[in-house]
Amino acid sequence: MLNSNRREFLGTAGGLLVGFFLPGSDRAGADVESDKLNAFVHVGTDDMVTLFIHKAEMGQGTVTSLSMLLAEELECDWKKIRTEFPGVDPAFGPMMGVFGSMSIRTSWDPLRKAGASAREMLIAAAADKWSVAKSQCRAENSTVINTATGARLSYGSLAEAASKVSPPAGVTLKDPAKFKLIGTSPKRRDTPDKIVGRTQFGIDFRTPGMLYAVVERCPVFEGKVASFDASKTKAVDGVKQVVQISSGVAVIADSTWAAMEGRKVLKVQFDEGSRAQTSNASLQKMFAELAQKPGAEARKRGDAEAALQSAAKKIEAVYEAPYLAHAPMEPLNCTAHVRPDGCDVWASTQIQTAAREVAAQITGLPRDKVKVHTLYLGGGFGRRGGSDYVGEAVEIAKAVGVPVKLTWTRDDDLQHDFYRPASYTRFTAALDSEGWPSALAARIVCPAFGGMRNGVDFAAVEGIADLAYDVPHFHVDYHAPDAGIPVSFWRSVGYSQNTFFVESFIDELAAANGKDPVEFRRRMLKNSPRLAAVLDLAAEKSGWGKPAPGRFRGVALTNNIGSFKAQVAEISIDKGKLRVHRVTCAVDCGHVVHPGIVEQQIQSGIVYGLSAALKGNITIERGRVMEQNFDRYDVLRIDEMPVIDVHIVASSNAPGGIGEASTPGIAPAVANALFAATGKRIRRLPIRLEA
Amino acid sequence: MAAIKFILNGKPHTVDVVPRMPLLWVLRDTLGLTGTKFGCGMALCGACTVHVDGQAMRSCVTPVASVAGKKIITIEGLSPDGSHPVQRAWVAEEVSQCGYCQPGQIMTAVALLEKTPNPTDADIDEVMRNNICRCGTYQALRKAVHLAAELRAKGEGHA
Repeated sequence: MLNSNRREFLGTAGGLLVGFFLPGSDRAGADVESDKLNAFVHVGTDDMVTLFIHKAEMGQGTVTSLSMLLAEELECDWKKIRTEFPGVDPAFGPMMGVFGSMSIRTSWDPLRKAGASAREMLIAAAADKWSVAKSQCRAENSTVINTATGARLSYGSLAEAASKVSPPAGVTLKDPAKFKLIGTSPKRRDTPDKIVGRTQFGIDFRTPGMLYAVVERCPVFEGKVASFDASKTKAVDGVKQVVQISSGVAVIADSTWAAMEGRKVLKVQFDEGSRAQTSNASLQKMFAELAQKPGAEARKRGDAEAALQSAAKKIEAVYEAPYLAHAPMEPLNCTAHVRPDGCDVWASTQIQTAAREVAAQITGLPRDKVKVHTLYLGGGFGRRGGSDYVGEAVEIAKAVGVPVKLTWTRDDDLQHDFYRPASYTRFTAALDSEGWPSALAARIVCPAFGGMRNGVDFAAVEGIADLAYDVPHFHVDYHAPDAGIPVSFWRSVGYSQNTFFVESFIDELAAANGKDPVEFRRRMLKNSPRLAAVLDLAAEKSGWGKPAPGRFRGVALTNNIGSFKAQVAEISIDKGKLRVHRVTCAVDCGHVVHPGIVEQQIQSGIVYGLSAALKGNITIERGRVMEQNFDRYDVLRIDEMPVIDVHIVASSNAPGGIGEASTPGIAPAVANALFAATGKRIRRLPIRLEA
Repeated sequence: MAAIKFILNGKPHTVDVVPRMPLLWVLRDTLGLTGTKFGCGMALCGACTVHVDGQAMRSCVTPVASVAGKKIITIEGLSPDGSHPVQRAWVAEEVSQCGYCQPGQIMTAVALLEKTPNPTDADIDEVMRNNICRCGTYQALRKAVHLAAELRAKGEGHA
């Protein structure tokens, strides 16, 4: 049913190839033309089913959970399914990649329908061979069974004939009560290779004749190379070339280490530009000054200003969060080979289309001459949504003419990230005579990092502007400071700081009136039943209100990526040291495909958020980042790991996202527990007991 | 440059490289064994852990000259087919997420169990705290180390 170009592109001869449409975002249109088919399933004559997916695997379980959606309806043997990451192609739509915890949400219907279509075509082919009605046949375990005779034909033996069957106009999806695979936790498909060192991450790619590169960049943001002296570098064993690129000076050698050695003796004069005086202190002053005056209106309900003026009691607080690095374990890297007639890019990237665009621009080649090969990602967390490192590799490869692998050191990673922006938010709340909030105003000062519309950056205000609590008068305004620090998405985006702000301030309001933090929240969630339900579940499972002696609890709610979470953190303070013992997380993420992966992702998000809450801090002095490695940018270790209990709400709602679900709620849950323990309110991250 | 000899995953190897070159880069770039990972370059994260004469070593700060004549085991040489008790435990407990740090975690856990066949949580903390995982696999990893200890005691699987 698909043309020969498509077959060639996917590397499949013969067998049944079924195309279907995976929307690139929640908002993608439902009406789809056949030329926009962007995902493909192949049933081979050898019985093997191949799912070509325009996604990537960065630990979130895509290759396993998406395969389950297909296999459920295709009725194929779970052991006879494999996945491949195809190259970028216009058919895959404008945004090919993994971001926004979208993979399951955008694949839930299309992949099941694709499986059902392929199954119906295989059944039709079998019915034709047996000269019986289709209704006399059913599919099971990669075979079609003649229910009258008991005869069986394997999918492999039917694949060719099925490829000549017209795809069904519509298919009926299974009643979820009859799911055999969805809702179970088969072993992750990527595990066997990962435990023997066979998985090929971007950094592991090798090709004959390849050279290795590192880049020396200006430590000050927006600075440029003025001049350089590579005479000592060129004398280093193994160094082949030194070339200037737009971001700095590249040292190219016959091994990564030789390139690093060459870089150590490279002398570069930088023009540090206009940002060389930037520091944490100067930024905080800039943010605080902006917060003095009204910003662009992000949200308005009722008349918060009037309600605040006439309030019986007002509470005001300022919250701050620092810049954060992503620090995935696999340092950034990319291999590129630029030829006059084409370019290959091998990368662990979250957005393959963006990687291709950068390579096309730098080489001047048409997009269809740029091939992006997707390799496994050693963590992404948003950092690999950027293509800066791809651009560097392509520039270097263009200069030297042979394949070159660029590797960033950990110093490069921490000092040249697109950071989670720092943020400064002032809340003012009015309480009525019974202590319930009648008005809430928030003024957010945060560098724009998502997209501006009417003066408001959606990423900077999410998590506050979409407040779930019933507060009659509500107002949010926003300032975008020109801080000059590169910023972008960091796991859970604006929620990563704003959930800390809002869930801590709500706790302040509860405490101001001596109300229980769980009760206080529940009373204000009349319009958010799913959030109220996870709150109740987390309270029940954690034994809220009954902590052991010396233990203290805090709660926080998060409503992002289409799923609902409540977290209760249990802490103690021993000899002035904070210890997080246990986190109870209740999650309603709609229909669950793979409960085991949901649990992994909840744990993962909590660890990522807890690392940031307890330790994460990028320090800017003289326009540069002072953290250089894991000694100063420390992260959570196994000995600091709390026990994490995950409780999943059974739900028949459409699936929500999970990858970014639990990161936002852990900082406020811990900070609120700390308040319960000490009476001290944490209003600035990372959490410092002494501050 | 100098010819340096060692036994790698049971086979003799000779490399002709700068003696100061860290073992990590000899493995990855010179010999093409990419299972051993680069994470920090300063022995701060544990992703590059290999065994040298049975000891867990951070290969990113180990000059290749210092392993001359020694026996090196990398993740690729731990078992012929992923059947080492630690690898089996990692499968049973579904430890890996992105998986990048896991070769280093596994090599560290194997060395831990060689010295401490039945480790307590505190024993695990003391050794494994120097291996960083950003995906947050620690809870499953701890269970897997305990399970590996059991499998090892029962003599199940390779080694």
